[in-house]
Amino acid sequence: MEDWLTLSPAEWTAVRLSLRVAFWATLVSLPFGVAVALLLVRTEFWGKSFLNALVHLPLILPPVVTGYILLLLLGRNGLIGKPLAELGVVFAFRWTGAALACGVMGFPLLVRAIRLSVEAIDRRLEDAAGTLGANPGWIFLTVTLPLTLPGIIAGAILSFARSMGEFGATITFVSNIPGETATMSVAIFTLLQVPGGDAAALRLTIVSVAISLLALALSEWMARRAGRRLADA
Amino acid sequence: MSLSVDIQHRLGAFTLDTRFTAAGRVTALFGRSGAGKTSLVNVIAGLIRPEHGRVVVDDETLLDSERGIFVPKHRRRIGYVFQEGRLFPHLTVRQNLRYGAWFAPREARYVEYDRVVETMGLAHLLDRKPDKLSGGERQRVAIGRALLASPRLLLMDEPLAQLDATRRHEILTFIERLREAFAVPIVYVSHAMDEVIRLADTLVLIDSGKVAATGPVEELLSRLDLRPLTGRYEAGAVIAARVASTDDAFGLTHLEFPGGTLRVSRLDGQPGTPVRVRIRARDVSLALSRPSDISVLNIFEGTVTEIATDAEDPTGAQLDVRLDIGVPLWARITRRSAHDLGIAPGRRVHALVKSVAIDRPI
Repeated sequence: MEDWLTLSPAEWTAVRLSLRVAFWATLVSLPFGVAVALLLVRTEFWGKSFLNALVHLPLILPPVVTGYILLLLLGRNGLIGKPLAELGVVFAFRWTGAALACGVMGFPLLVRAIRLSVEAIDRRLEDAAGTLGANPGWIFLTVTLPLTLPGIIAGAILSFARSMGEFGATITFVSNIPGETATMSVAIFTLLQVPGGDAAALRLTIVSVAISLLALALSEWMARRAGRRLADA
Repeated sequence: MSLSVDIQHRLGAFTLDTRFTAAGRVTALFGRSGAGKTSLVNVIAGLIRPEHGRVVVDDETLLDSERGIFVPKHRRRIGYVFQEGRLFPHLTVRQNLRYGAWFAPREARYVEYDRVVETMGLAHLLDRKPDKLSGGERQRVAIGRALLASPRLLLMDEPLAQLDATRRHEILTFIERLREAFAVPIVYVSHAMDEVIRLADTLVLIDSGKVAATGPVEELLSRLDLRPLTGRYEAGAVIAARVASTDDAFGLTHLEFPGGTLRVSRLDGQPGTPVRVRIRARDVSLALSRPSDISVLNIFEGTVTEIATDAEDPTGAQLDVRLDIGVPLWARITRRSAHDLGIAPGRRVHALVKSVAIDRPI
């Protein structure tokens, strides 16, 4: 009889892939998230509500639709994918594509969390930094960014958790290639399609629950720490 | 230091149209709330870009709308102490202080960290976060932080407005100390005349966005036409004097001023130290001949120059008499007394000063 608690090499691969995809999806989308949040809170420009809607689209569209749109845009023959492929950048059927899909799906959550933090910043503190000789770049690095940190942490954890659970957009955009695009959710789904796969599916489910709980605990702890640091912000 | 400001700026229905120059060590911008004082210092600091105007500090043009010059705030080297402190909540007191020094150009630094910590009494607060400070402590840190940027001019926008009376007094003492310890010119915004009298040498009176008058504090406060702006209740003369000698036997200090000698309760000060005294109009009585057998120590002979009835209540019981005793002095007497004594401009009288408030000790 098979050991119920030991992950097979293939299952490990799915776990590792999931972590890698979620990590990169979150890390790469962070600077964009900060930039878009600042843009939405601090500036007025033509098409602002369009940008806002675009950012929130993955939250309301069925994930499969989002995945299909990504495929149309960034697939090998896609609108953007084709010229990119000529430059040697390919997302379709690669783990980078899975990370992209996860990043897009988590982006609205990321932006919303950062946005709340940016809105809460007292802009008069930035003026004060300016009178002390800090130029706009330094003001951003020494005042704006540190005060946005609670939102950035919260947003990053939300985005990471969303990436760990992402299924629809990933399978639509990059399919399920073991070791390349078959993340845990995709692997679980696939295992349930084949006879005798439930044991492996259950094991992956346990790992998935454990990682989610860990992320949740981590986010609570970080939020408390940041909250203490910025109690008077 | 020289500061020259000439700006026109519209803010909604309000127009700021201000022109003044100041060269004193401490220049006070005085006016009611909403007179445009904060907007004015925001223009000097570079936080507001006015529609038209010029701001020149020490021969450097910071703003000139005609020539399209606008030096951004971080290159002006103008310190700013805000009403609400504005300490960085994510930094400790020490880091807040260092933040000020960090961006100051090396060759322009003239303020030492240790000296600021000592002068402003911050040594025991350095490791705290701003949320663990009292209102007064927060303002002291804010002042220290602005100083450490080695500014060529320090703006203070009602730094005591949000403090209670005890704290206000405490911070005033600290501001007096820094005025002596660091040779930094200060522009001090206030709507409290007692602060202005204690700190400032030059006064700029602001009324509805315009400068009503500029000049030495003593001079403007003795002018009758400015009464509606300087405030009637505390009306009186402000006189610059010097410590002359001390009468140890009776615990009195003699102060010399152009009108003679004032005898006041003992002051700790070497002969020659300048002090500023305020003599309230209601503390001065008038007599036609020099009274004898009287407890009042300070009696000065002078001439009546002006009689002022309350514009809002011309038939009221009291009026103010302006005298020339070498310097201007005000006496508040009843209309009845003025009538009985025949008080009129040109009349020789003796002014009896009952008590003297020392507004600016050493």
